[in-house]
Amino acid sequence: MRRLWIGLTYIVFFLLIAAPLGKIISNAFSQGLPGFRDALTRPEALHALMMTALVVVTVTVLNTVFGIMTALYLVRAEWLSSRLKNLLNSIVDLPYAVSPVIGGLMIVLLLGPDSALGAVFEHIGFNIVYAFPGMVIATLFVTFPLMVREVMPVLQEIGGQQEEAASTLGAYGWKTFWKVTWPSIQWAVTYGVILTVARSLGEFGAVLVVSGNIMNKTQTATTLVYQDVENFNVTAAGGVALVLAAFSVGLLLLMEWSKKRKEVR
Amino acid sequence: MHVEVRGLNKHFGNFHAVKDVSFEITKGHLIGLLGPSGGGKTSILRMLAGLETPDAGEIVFHGQVVNNLPPQERGIGFVFQNYALFKHMTVYDNIAFGLKVKKANKSFIRDRVMELVELTGLKGFEKRYPQQLSGGQRQRVAFARALAPEPQLLLLDEPFAAIDAKIRQELRSWLRELIERVGITSIFVTHDQDEAIEVADEIMIINQGRLEQKGTPWDIYKEPKTTFVATFIGESTLIENAAELKGFKPAEDSRSTKALIRPEYIEVGDRQEFKMASATEKGIVKHLQFRGSEWLVEVEVNGHKLVTYRSLEKETLQVGQEIAVLVHRAYLFNDERSWIQENSLKEDPMPVYI
Repeated sequence: MRRLWIGLTYIVFFLLIAAPLGKIISNAFSQGLPGFRDALTRPEALHALMMTALVVVTVTVLNTVFGIMTALYLVRAEWLSSRLKNLLNSIVDLPYAVSPVIGGLMIVLLLGPDSALGAVFEHIGFNIVYAFPGMVIATLFVTFPLMVREVMPVLQEIGGQQEEAASTLGAYGWKTFWKVTWPSIQWAVTYGVILTVARSLGEFGAVLVVSGNIMNKTQTATTLVYQDVENFNVTAAGGVALVLAAFSVGLLLLMEWSKKRKEVR
Repeated sequence: MHVEVRGLNKHFGNFHAVKDVSFEITKGHLIGLLGPSGGGKTSILRMLAGLETPDAGEIVFHGQVVNNLPPQERGIGFVFQNYALFKHMTVYDNIAFGLKVKKANKSFIRDRVMELVELTGLKGFEKRYPQQLSGGQRQRVAFARALAPEPQLLLLDEPFAAIDAKIRQELRSWLRELIERVGITSIFVTHDQDEAIEVADEIMIINQGRLEQKGTPWDIYKEPKTTFVATFIGESTLIENAAELKGFKPAEDSRSTKALIRPEYIEVGDRQEFKMASATEKGIVKHLQFRGSEWLVEVEVNGHKLVTYRSLEKETLQVGQEIAVLVHRAYLFNDERSWIQENSLKEDPMPVYI
């Protein structure tokens, strides 16, 4: 009986992960190494990978800063009433519950060219939707809970007393944050950064809606894969997908490492 | 430093945690804030430190109102109940923190930290992290850390609560000595009356947000000003109607006068042991317990259970034995007032002069 379950687990694992991964690799190299290289050095592929990198870096920086700030306010701020804190706390989880496509749609409706706000921005020559800022906002929406949810429990666990102690010893906000709070949360933040990178690297739905998927302009690696598949260009799709998969594996290893550090602390 | 507090009030939501507390502390004194848990002691301490903002009232250090000063500017040292040591820093860095924040020069920091390490008996532990220390050692680090920037006022929140009984005893006298040597005005919070009595120059009893009484331990023990203080300090038995006790017939109408009797107010023994046998009452020994240095005697008098101690030197009593009981004095109180009364029959009404 036990053997059967173990066997079943292996089969599921194989069907869900190993087989698709193998297929991606074989597709990517279906025309040998030159085919793989051509798929990646197409101008649109290079542009898409660069777009993805830009979005990932921008989103990760913003999400880290605002995520830590939100977590700090939700846990420490005494001037926020507890009811407001509870409300904010549940809103943080909203992106988990809302489909990314709907998240993207909300941004288009709110900031698109047809909306009042969007028109204002367009007037001053700053496009949000179907441009880089919109893609960043959409990805931020999707990744927002990741950092907050990593940092909040750690802040709650260490409590506010070390920070209070620092203040009675003469240290003000910044000093206290860097010398006292940061060393305690740094591994949680690292973990949150890795999750954010992984999530924004793979984000598809929200970005697709917001970016309009314009080749050489707003196309990211994931939306390029989607388009290649639509065009039956399987080799090209496999090549880009393999690059994304390689990054994911790398991140997974990093994640394991940082999780261990987080536990040891 | 000289500390003065006037009309201090604090609410937490609907809970009135500190009610109109005023007091003054002389420079160099060691004060114990004593009272049951949840009575508002820690809130008072935190307001002194600036970690909590009072709703009303003034806090004055050295004749200067400090209400609007943040904790960083108040020149205080705070020792937290769980020490709140920086756990990613070594003992050395913990102690040096306050000095580094003030940007003192390196060699001064070094000298000061080593001096404190020496003073707190932590020599050889400078490179350790807080997790590698015992509870008592952590307490000392917290203490040294608070003292390092040379504060004017030291505030300690339940400093011994997290330490086991035996080491607590040692630390108490150590702390007392150290504070005396440093000469710093200190306030500590405790719910343990032995601790307060043993360590403090003066005790402030706090109950339900109110300051019940302030005075030396002996004064408070001897002359409790309120019923709460009388019941809280020392052990005592409550008698609902004081008139039922022999020798305590109050002059005025008295149905509502109650009495509190401490064990040391009571003497028990054979009738012949007493000089004024007429003042004694008959009692029956209900229970005996050996307490190491004396007997704990529970005796029933007129349906009231009284508790007292009896020396081991005296003849050992038996359970069920009929004995004489003399209540020397009692703490009497009714709705209007409270007072201490001596047994009126103890004075010989017809002294015989030879």
